[in-house]
Amino acid sequence: MLTRLPRFVAVLAALLLSPACRQPKSAVETAGTTASPKVATASAPATAGGNQKKILNYGNGAEPADLDFQIVTGTPEHRLALTFFEGLINEDPQLKIIPGVAEKWEISPDGLVYTFRLRADARWSNGDPVTADDFVQSYRRMIGPTLGAEYSYMLWHVVGAEDFNKGKLSDFNQTGFKAPDARTLVLTLRQPTPFLLHAMNHYAWFPLHIPTLKKFGAMDRKSTPWSRPESFVGNGPYALKEWRANQKIIAVRSPTYWDHAAVKIDEIHFFPIELADTEERMFRTGQLHITNEVPLSKIPVYQRDQPGNIRIDPYNGIYFYRFNAKRKPFDDVRVRRALALSIDRETLVKKVTLAGEIPAYDFTPPDLVGFVSRHAFKADLTEAKRLLAEAGFPGGKGFPKVELLYNTLEKHRTIAEALQQMWRKNLGIDITLYNQEWKVYLDSQHSKNYQFERAGWIADYVDPHVFFDIWETDGGNNDTNWGNRDYDRLLRSALDAKSTADRYEIYQQLEKILVDEMPIMPIYFYMRARLVSPKVKGYFTTPLDNFPWKYADMEN
Amino acid sequence: MARGPVRASAIPTILTTLCRSASVNQKFHSPSLLRLATFIPMLRFITSRLLQSLLALFLVITATFFMIRFVPGGPFTAEKAVTPEILRNLEAHYGLDKPLWRQYLDYLGRLGHGDLGPSFKYPNRTVNEIIADKVPVSAELGLLSLGVALIIGITLGTFAAIRRNSWIDYLASTVGMTGISIPSFVVGPLLVLGLAIHAGWFNASGWYGPADRVLPCLVLGFAYAAPISRLTRGGLLEVLNQDFIRTARAKGASEFRVITRHALRGGLLPVVSFLGPAVAGILTGSFVIETIFQIPGIGREFVNSATNRDYTLVLGTVILYAVLIMALNLVVDILQAWLNPKVRLET
Repeated sequence: MLTRLPRFVAVLAALLLSPACRQPKSAVETAGTTASPKVATASAPATAGGNQKKILNYGNGAEPADLDFQIVTGTPEHRLALTFFEGLINEDPQLKIIPGVAEKWEISPDGLVYTFRLRADARWSNGDPVTADDFVQSYRRMIGPTLGAEYSYMLWHVVGAEDFNKGKLSDFNQTGFKAPDARTLVLTLRQPTPFLLHAMNHYAWFPLHIPTLKKFGAMDRKSTPWSRPESFVGNGPYALKEWRANQKIIAVRSPTYWDHAAVKIDEIHFFPIELADTEERMFRTGQLHITNEVPLSKIPVYQRDQPGNIRIDPYNGIYFYRFNAKRKPFDDVRVRRALALSIDRETLVKKVTLAGEIPAYDFTPPDLVGFVSRHAFKADLTEAKRLLAEAGFPGGKGFPKVELLYNTLEKHRTIAEALQQMWRKNLGIDITLYNQEWKVYLDSQHSKNYQFERAGWIADYVDPHVFFDIWETDGGNNDTNWGNRDYDRLLRSALDAKSTADRYEIYQQLEKILVDEMPIMPIYFYMRARLVSPKVKGYFTTPLDNFPWKYADMEN
Repeated sequence: MARGPVRASAIPTILTTLCRSASVNQKFHSPSLLRLATFIPMLRFITSRLLQSLLALFLVITATFFMIRFVPGGPFTAEKAVTPEILRNLEAHYGLDKPLWRQYLDYLGRLGHGDLGPSFKYPNRTVNEIIADKVPVSAELGLLSLGVALIIGITLGTFAAIRRNSWIDYLASTVGMTGISIPSFVVGPLLVLGLAIHAGWFNASGWYGPADRVLPCLVLGFAYAAPISRLTRGGLLEVLNQDFIRTARAKGASEFRVITRHALRGGLLPVVSFLGPAVAGILTGSFVIETIFQIPGIGREFVNSATNRDYTLVLGTVILYAVLIMALNLVVDILQAWLNPKVRLET
C-alpha cells in the first residue's frame, strides 16, 4: 500500500510533464498555429509542407453560429462567408464593384432590370459549374417563410420577394428572380435601387449548392448538417477543410475558384477568440497574425512602441445616444438639441475612446461613397444653454430626473461617465446612469422602455441610405418614438432619384431634418483597431470590416 | 462497523474506494453477516437518495425552464430587429409559438428519450452533440487540475500541520491565502506573460497540443490547491492530537508511517467533503480558465448559453451540472462513511 502514493504521484507527474517532452512532435503536426511558439515567432509561420506554404492565423472574434450563411447574422460569419463563397459581384479593397461570379451585367435604363451574365469557369468546390439556377433556388430558399432567415429582407428590393417572404404570395414564379438559361440571371426590382450592387456583396445574396442542400432533406430545412466540413460545398476563393467548434476553422485555397491564380495565401486559420486580452497575448507569442480587436488600454502602448503592428481603419458605423421622444423631457426638441450641442466630442475621442474615432456632428460617416453632409451641426454651449432655458430649465433648474441606459460594458460606462460630467458642468443637469445585460437592454430598447440610451449602428453595406432608412417612422430599428412624415416621403423618393447627385441631394434634406429635430445624438463614427503582423502583406480592410482575401499575401 | 486504524493510504482511497468498495469491505469485515448488516442500510440509503435526487432534478428542470423564459430578451433578440413576420417564421421553426405549458410538456417528453433538443445559437448542432463534444475537454482539464490541486494541496497542508508554526507552515498558509485571494484571471495572464510570452515555452492560449494543457491546469489546480491545503492542515492537526496517534507512535511506528497511514485518513475528511462540489465544479468546466485560455469546454457554454438565451442549451448544461453535483455528493457521503465510523448514513 505504501508504494501506491508515490506511484500515484508519478503517474500524475508524468501526465503533466509529458506534454513538454512531446512538444517538438506537435510542432510538426500542427504547423505554426499551435506548435512550439518558438517556431512560430522565430521563423516563417508555416513549417509544415515546406517553406512555400503560407498560413495566415486570424483572430475572428466569436465562434460562428453556423456556416449556412442564409441563417446567420454576425460579423465573424460575414468574414467566413466572403472566404467560402462569392456572389455575383465583388468589391475591391477600395469598395469598387468588380466582377464576381458574373463577368458582366446590364442595368435597364429605368434601373429596374438587372441582367447578369455568369462566367463559364465559375465552379463549386466539388467541381460543379455555378449556374444561374443555383442563384434563383438559393434566393427562393432565402425568402421562403419556413427557413426564417433573419436577413431575408435584404432581398425585398426584388419584385414579389417581400410578399413571398411574408407568406402573402405562394407562387415563386411571380417573383422577379429568373434564370432564362444556365448563364443568365435576371432580377426585376420593384423600385430602382441604386446601391443594389453594393448590397449584393452581403452574404444574403450569395448562392448555395442546391444538390448538397437537397441531400439532407427539404431544401428549406434549417439546421441540417450540410454546412459541416464533410459535406460543405462553396464557390469562394477558399474551401472549408476543417471546423473544430470553438477551436479553429481551416480554409484552404480552392483549386476550383475561377480566379484561384490571384489567391496568394495557401491557408487561413480562423480562431474564434472573444477576449481581446487573450488575442493580444496570442499575437505576442506569434500564434496570431491578425487580431479582431485590441484591448483599449493597449492601443496607446502599441501606437507608441510598435506602430508597425497596429492598424486603425474606418468602420462603417455610428455611436450615438437615442432619445425616447415620448418620454419627458425628451419630448421637447429643445432639450434634445441642448444635450447634443453641449458635449465635447474631441476630448471624448482623444481621452476616452482612444482608437482615433471621428467626432460625429451629423448622421453619416464622413465621405461615405462620395456623400458629405452639408448640415453638420457644431458644439455650441451658448445656444445649448439658451435652448435649455427656453424649454423651461434655465441653468438646469427644475430639470427632471433623467436616466441613461447602457448595456453592461466597461467602455460604455466610461463614455457615459465622461458625458455625465460634461452635462453637469456645462448645463447644470444631473443624469443618472444604469446598465443592463445585453439582451435585457435590447429588449428595453425595442419595447421603448427607456428614457435615454446608448446605441450603435453598423451598416451592412456602404451607402448613405442605410444610415437614413433606420429613422423612418416606426421602422423596426428606429426605437425612438420619433417620426416625421416629410422625412418618410423624402426617404422613399430617394430610391426613385434619376441620378446619384439627385439622390444625395435628397439625403442632404434628410440630414437637415435630423439635425433640426435631433431624435438621436451622434457621438462618434467608429474606427476599428487591429494588431497586424508585418509579415502580412497587402492587407486591406474595408469600412465593412471585411477583407478581400485575394489581395492579401504573406511574407515567407 | 468494526473500528480501528485501517490499513489503506488515504489518497488512493479517495479515488478508488468506489470501485474497490466491495473487496475492501470483505477484507476488513470478513464475517459475512456483519457485511450484510452494513450492506442493507447502505442500499436503502442509496435508493432513497436516488429518489430524492430525481425529485430535485425535476424541480431544477422546471424552475430553469420557466425562469429562463421570464428573463427579458429571447434567442432572436438582436441589435438589428427582425421584422415581425420573420420573427414569427423563426418562432414557428423552433415551436416557440406554442403555449408555454405545451412547450414545457414537449420538452419533458423529448427529455424522456434523452433528447435535449436543438441549440438556438448553433443551428446545425444539437445540445446533445455540444455536451458530448465539450464535456471530455472540461473533464480532461478538470482531472489534470484536480491532480495538481491534490498533490500541491495535500503536500503543503501535511507539512504545515507537522511543522506547525515553522517557516514551512507560514509558507503553506501564504501560498494558501494567495491562492484563495488572487483570482485565476490574474494568475492566468501572469503565468502566460512569464512562461509563454517572455520565456517562450508555451502557447499563450489554445487547446491543441499536449503542451497547451500545462498552463491552464496549473492555474486551475493552484486555485483549488489553496483550500485543500488549508483543509488538510486543519483536519490533520485535529487528528494528530488524538489518542490513536499517540498509540501508533508508542508502538514505534515511524513518523512517515504515522502520518501517511494513520493520521491522513481522518485528516482528509474535510477535504473529501470539499471535493464533492469542487469536483462537480471542476469537471463542468471553469468559465474563467476556459475563456482566458481559449479552451473549448462546457464551462463557457454554461455561461454563454444564458447570455445567448439559448434555452435548450441552458437547460442541457443545468441538467448536466445538477446530475453531477447530486452524484458526487452521494459519492462523498458514502466515502465519508467509509473513512469515518462516526458518520452514519442517514436518509
